[in-house]
Amino acid sequence: MSRELTSQMPGSPAALHLAVALDGAGWHPAAWRAAGIEPRALFTAGYWAGLVQQAERGLLDFVTFEDGLGLQSDRYNAPDPRADRVRGRLDAVLIAARVAPVTRHIGLVPTAVVTHTEPFHLSKAIATLDYVSQGRAGVRLQVTARAHEAAHFGRRTLPVFRYSQRGDPEIARLLAGLMDEAADYAEVLRRLWDSWEDDAEIRDAATGRFVDRDKLHYIDFAGEHFRVKGPSITPRPPQGQPVIAALAHSAAPYQLVARAADVGFVTPHDAAEAAAIVAEIRGDQEAAGRAGQTLHVFGDLVVFLAETAAAARERKARLDELAGEEYRSDALVFTGTPQELAGLLQDWQAAGLSGFRLRPGVIKADLAAITANLVPLLQERGVFRASYQDGTLRTRLGLPRPASRYAKA
Amino acid sequence: MTKPVKQIHLAAHFPGVNNTTVWSDPRSGSHIDFSSFEHFARTAERAKFDFLFLAEGLRLREQNGQIYDLDVVGRPDTFTVLAALAAVTDRLGLAGTISSTFNEPYEVARQFATLDHLSAGRAAWNVVTSWDAFTGENFRRGGYLAVSDRYARARAFLAATLGLLDSWQDGDLADGPGAGVFLNRTEAGRFARTDRFFDIWGQFNVPRSPQGRPVIFQAGDSDEGREFAAEAADAIFTRHGTKEAGQAFYADVKRRLPAYGRAPDQLLILPAATFILAGTDAEAQELSREVRRQQVSGQTAIRFAEQLWNRDLSGYDPDGPLPDVDPDVSQETIAPGRASVRAYTDPMATAAQWRARAEAEKLSLRELIIEVTSRPSFTGSPATIAATLNDWVQSDVSDGFILVPHITPGGLDEFAGTVVPLLQERGVFRTEYEGSTLREHLGLAPLPSPDRPVTAPR
Repeated sequence: MSRELTSQMPGSPAALHLAVALDGAGWHPAAWRAAGIEPRALFTAGYWAGLVQQAERGLLDFVTFEDGLGLQSDRYNAPDPRADRVRGRLDAVLIAARVAPVTRHIGLVPTAVVTHTEPFHLSKAIATLDYVSQGRAGVRLQVTARAHEAAHFGRRTLPVFRYSQRGDPEIARLLAGLMDEAADYAEVLRRLWDSWEDDAEIRDAATGRFVDRDKLHYIDFAGEHFRVKGPSITPRPPQGQPVIAALAHSAAPYQLVARAADVGFVTPHDAAEAAAIVAEIRGDQEAAGRAGQTLHVFGDLVVFLAETAAAARERKARLDELAGEEYRSDALVFTGTPQELAGLLQDWQAAGLSGFRLRPGVIKADLAAITANLVPLLQERGVFRASYQDGTLRTRLGLPRPASRYAKA
Repeated sequence: MTKPVKQIHLAAHFPGVNNTTVWSDPRSGSHIDFSSFEHFARTAERAKFDFLFLAEGLRLREQNGQIYDLDVVGRPDTFTVLAALAAVTDRLGLAGTISSTFNEPYEVARQFATLDHLSAGRAAWNVVTSWDAFTGENFRRGGYLAVSDRYARARAFLAATLGLLDSWQDGDLADGPGAGVFLNRTEAGRFARTDRFFDIWGQFNVPRSPQGRPVIFQAGDSDEGREFAAEAADAIFTRHGTKEAGQAFYADVKRRLPAYGRAPDQLLILPAATFILAGTDAEAQELSREVRRQQVSGQTAIRFAEQLWNRDLSGYDPDGPLPDVDPDVSQETIAPGRASVRAYTDPMATAAQWRARAEAEKLSLRELIIEVTSRPSFTGSPATIAATLNDWVQSDVSDGFILVPHITPGGLDEFAGTVVPLLQERGVFRTEYEGSTLREHLGLAPLPSPDRPVTAPR
């Protein structure tokens, strides 16, 4: 657990971790209108730097940046022609890199789609993010089953299917295959981050060698979906292993989290469900041979916050009206006061979650409420840090820094 | 009629993984820590350089089946470090080398559009091809491209990527939230492209960036390369040679432009240039000898010779004569991943030239290699170098230079402090940035917006 609490007395409540999920103007489709955001603003460095700096002032563990290989859509598995929604996204890894030099402590966890991209490229990108942020990098791995996104690449074809068909045998097999590919992808990332030992660069003038080639390792990954030789072209990242996260709603992604991630984001709707999900993941974790390792399970919630419960409900109702429909989410939609939210978070923490990733309904209003109201409440209750400590994102999450698996003991 | 005085363009190349960098010098810093890149970029921007440039290689170099360990090894990811540099610079262009062989247009287009947005219009792309089977071992489908198809795929890749970037128009994003309209055109980003190499369609998901497209660089010495650049590039990044060779190249490339309806100043010729700078010309000559000996150690000389001879020469003495055997042209190169090896189009002839020169000038193997591989482009005092740079640009050898120091990150500091002011005093280099985008720094005409039809061929 975090050692960053300045006064952790024996018997005091355990600290929790807080992250915020950044997406466009917020998770509600009408967020951009309610916040008076000019469309072009969402594609400027200043917008993103401002948000992350605000999150950092709130002492949050990290932010995530959403991303995708196609335009946003209200439909599950097809594009939609709406003009009134945020459409268009900057590449999340590059947003993270752009804000790294203007932040100091907060973790930066971009989303990366693994289904049509090269693990070799992503591995060096995240390693480089770790360098430019001095050890604050992570990545949230995401698959895409969308046929229209596969068509953007033309390297494979996927069937079009509706949400209701997810359980059909052929589709279930497809989705399981994508999860397997993601697990392989994560393994390649980790091996490539280990492919340089920490002390590979020797600058030995006497023998004329810049590197000790015995400390550079081919990873020789051979799997069903790709083969990758290695070594990376980028030296071992400052954290050794940047943080890997994944969002999971069901058995297959829970197993991905258990096999490959440091942080899983899950979407329970009450404390009992939270406890059940944690138990399932811990079981999978043990089956994957990782029983002794720290694996965080964070609860994802969408939050609409205001000073009173009634005001919060009113905010949400107005947003729904602007959007033309009630907002629905895979995650619990919380509408209420920071006090109520603090209570819920502590209840769910007691059920086994070690942290939370909050999705602001409207970033402008709800990120402000999180940093200015929720955080102080949690600090008062002794469950959240009063200041950042020095260290990397891994140390903040209580994760050790492993040596390269290829280093001889 | 006097010819108008040309303005010089200068760029700063943070060196990559070859023997230009004297890493054993105590002033030599990290080639991976962000602080090095930041130092280098800030120096270039303070000196009003047009852009910073990064090369790229997608697999660690090997020779004789082993990872090559004599030069700097290890570099950051190009897009990621350039995006970070956008945060610590304000005007400096950010030019990265990105392969057309082991990438896909949709992703590369997203990344360049994003870099251009996040830098407010300073992105540039040096389009290259990669060694196929060797580099391919790091990528999903391995080696897949015939050598003869490399350029064709590069052209198709560039066209596909630019097509994606042009799929959004300037007016697609609505002005404000008032009317509840985010997108003026829901078809924004629609694209379809089918050719020999790509069969892709759908909707691109990044709105049009400030420059519209990254500035396009091409490194082209071959005839095919020169033609590709004349058709599609904004700047051609060349190797440095003699003044006469440079003038011939310059004239040849510029002569190809009218066929594409392009004015001569719309394709800049920018050779890479190394330099040795010292207080006096004599000191610079002495320093040059020292640096070249550091760049080409005995071991390095053997390895360089192996790249021509294409056989193991570790039994030879670098202080002795050249190998008495012939180059082995019969098999695959022992040094895959190295662009310079492709330059030996006739190894037998080159070996004969080297032997002749070594005999005539009484050079050992190491001394010969030093002579043929590492002569710096410009050597002298600040005044001498400034005069030479200016002379070359005014006499149409080039439109500027991409400077590569041999010490990183500080190796540009003295140049910026002593040579640039002399060029500024002469009125041939800017004292302030006038524009804010890289296209403006390079004097390139703004691109027509895709919603206005192009009246002349581009």
